[in-house]
Amino acid sequence: MNLLEVDEVTKAYGGIQALAGCSMTFEEGKINGLIGPNGSGKTTLFNVMTGYERADSGSVHVAGTDVTAASPDQVFSLGVGRTFQLTRIFPRLTVVENLHVASQRDGGWMSEFSRWSSPSEKVRSKEVLDFVGLTRLAAEKAGNLSYGQQKLLEFACIMIARPKAMLLDEPAGGVNPSLLLHLGGRIKALNEEEGTTFVIVEHDMEFVMGLCDKVSVMHQGRCLCAGEPETVRSDPAVLEAYLGTDMREVAR
Amino acid sequence: MTTLHAGTAPAELLRPVEAERAFRDPFEPSKRSRATAWVALFALLAAFPIVFSNPAVTSIGVFTMMFLVAAIGWNIFSGYSGYVSIGHAVYYGFGQYAVALLIEHWHVTPGASELAIIPLGGIVAAAVAVPVGLILLRVRKHTFIVLTIAAMFIFQLLAFNFAGFTGGSAGTNVVSPPWTGTVFNLPFYYIGLGAAILALLVSWGIRRSKYGLGLLAIRDDEDRAKGLGIRVTRAKLIAYVASAFFVGIAGGLYATFVGAVYPQFAFDPTYDLAIAVMVFVGGLGTLPGPVLGALVLAPIQQYFYIQFGASTLYLIIYGILFIVILLTLPAGVVPSISDRYRSWMASRQRRREEATPTVGGAMPVTVPAGPVGIDDGGAR
Repeated sequence: MNLLEVDEVTKAYGGIQALAGCSMTFEEGKINGLIGPNGSGKTTLFNVMTGYERADSGSVHVAGTDVTAASPDQVFSLGVGRTFQLTRIFPRLTVVENLHVASQRDGGWMSEFSRWSSPSEKVRSKEVLDFVGLTRLAAEKAGNLSYGQQKLLEFACIMIARPKAMLLDEPAGGVNPSLLLHLGGRIKALNEEEGTTFVIVEHDMEFVMGLCDKVSVMHQGRCLCAGEPETVRSDPAVLEAYLGTDMREVAR
Repeated sequence: MTTLHAGTAPAELLRPVEAERAFRDPFEPSKRSRATAWVALFALLAAFPIVFSNPAVTSIGVFTMMFLVAAIGWNIFSGYSGYVSIGHAVYYGFGQYAVALLIEHWHVTPGASELAIIPLGGIVAAAVAVPVGLILLRVRKHTFIVLTIAAMFIFQLLAFNFAGFTGGSAGTNVVSPPWTGTVFNLPFYYIGLGAAILALLVSWGIRRSKYGLGLLAIRDDEDRAKGLGIRVTRAKLIAYVASAFFVGIAGGLYATFVGAVYPQFAFDPTYDLAIAVMVFVGGLGTLPGPVLGALVLAPIQQYFYIQFGASTLYLIIYGILFIVILLTLPAGVVPSISDRYRSWMASRQRRREEATPTVGGAMPVTVPAGPVGIDDGGAR
């Protein structure tokens, strides 16, 4: 079943056609990679899918619900969370407070006025912090964390709400190899244990090819091709548009 | 390695305690000591006009209470959401006019029944804040500040020009209660103190609620907050209306206490600056910040006003004070002190741990045995 469906979406910024009739599907329970050269429309596609930008034409569906005109909070309540290319956390809140911003907002409007730090909430955030390995920094201001730790925190902030799908925009950017390995492991574990669907925009080919079940390639606002990592890696059109000849060596 | 699916039943039972222990801030004063400090502070405030019964002193006390209510109220919106409003005098003005005009039109007998009208000042201000907030909150940060100032001058002009209703520049008078000088100030003082306690309870309740956390998230990154499911417009409007309510109460208190309402003092730009300065100095977006700021600066301001009121010298002195504090403690007194206290405690603890290198020091947090490789080599 397709959890996320993008159909013939167009989006223009002035003279730049960021999305030119982009159609794509992301299957439930899979780790999907989304690659493509700079300016091919990957982040714009994320923005359109999560309600940050309105598509000029076309439609976006989350589990069959039309979210083309939805706002970011509505998309989030349907179970789609995202991270940003430039990591966005709440710097003046502590790590725990950051986590609780997204947690359990579905209990009616009165529940908003209950304590954010109730024991059951703390148990959940402890679980999540243990999961990403940030427990010892729980009481620290998020702005004091290193960039890599902030990436993990941003990931955890979405994870805590148990979303159906997580859209990660360049999770490997500026992250050192050992931390990246850790992050990859967490994505895999979450996918296997909770069945979370992932869509990952990434330039680190090793990371994408090693992690993803399916890879879609974008070029000039369109979906160039999609399929298993192996298939995509050897597709001549992809090699020409994005990977270049160097990738043949990686492929070998 | 920890997984999302928790283990056996006994482990489940232990977990809240475990989570509690892991998240406890080792340097935060205990709940009991904080509660004691608050109770002690308000006991002192309650005893103040009895100990210093000179009407000249208690009069400063009443004005201080008005600023205290308004500063705590203002902080609920501007402090928590980060939207600095320099136009809350709109609600100060509406509170004043609502109370003065209702007393006049309902022919309320001078005395205690006048004081019963004061809450209506807050309610009218809150009601006005709904449509005004819906318009102003469409824009962000700097544009928002400019618009709040504009809104205040619009209402000031309206108050000048709807003379048939507001009395125009001649103002509206409230007949003062027929109490003698020695006790006259006391009811106003205690109403102000009560309203301040109410405002503080609301502020505290918001700060510890999920709703309040959402407001703080809006302050740090509004778009990101939206993407995490927070309905930002609604959240901002609720805080805006709540803060207008308390500023309106302060206005109602002013109208009944001073007995005269004029457009230029009701919708007064320096009033907004005074409130903002108090909260900034104390600590924007903290619970005790506005309390500290108002209790220190309001009496100073009143004293300067009485001493140098004929000139605007008091505003200059006040401005210099503000600049000095901005330069020395830019984050405000409460956050700066708490930051310094934390780093001092942390370094003291490190020294102690170095001196006695035994396992299991005072730190309640344990290093997780789980995933390795989190330390990303000082890439800060």
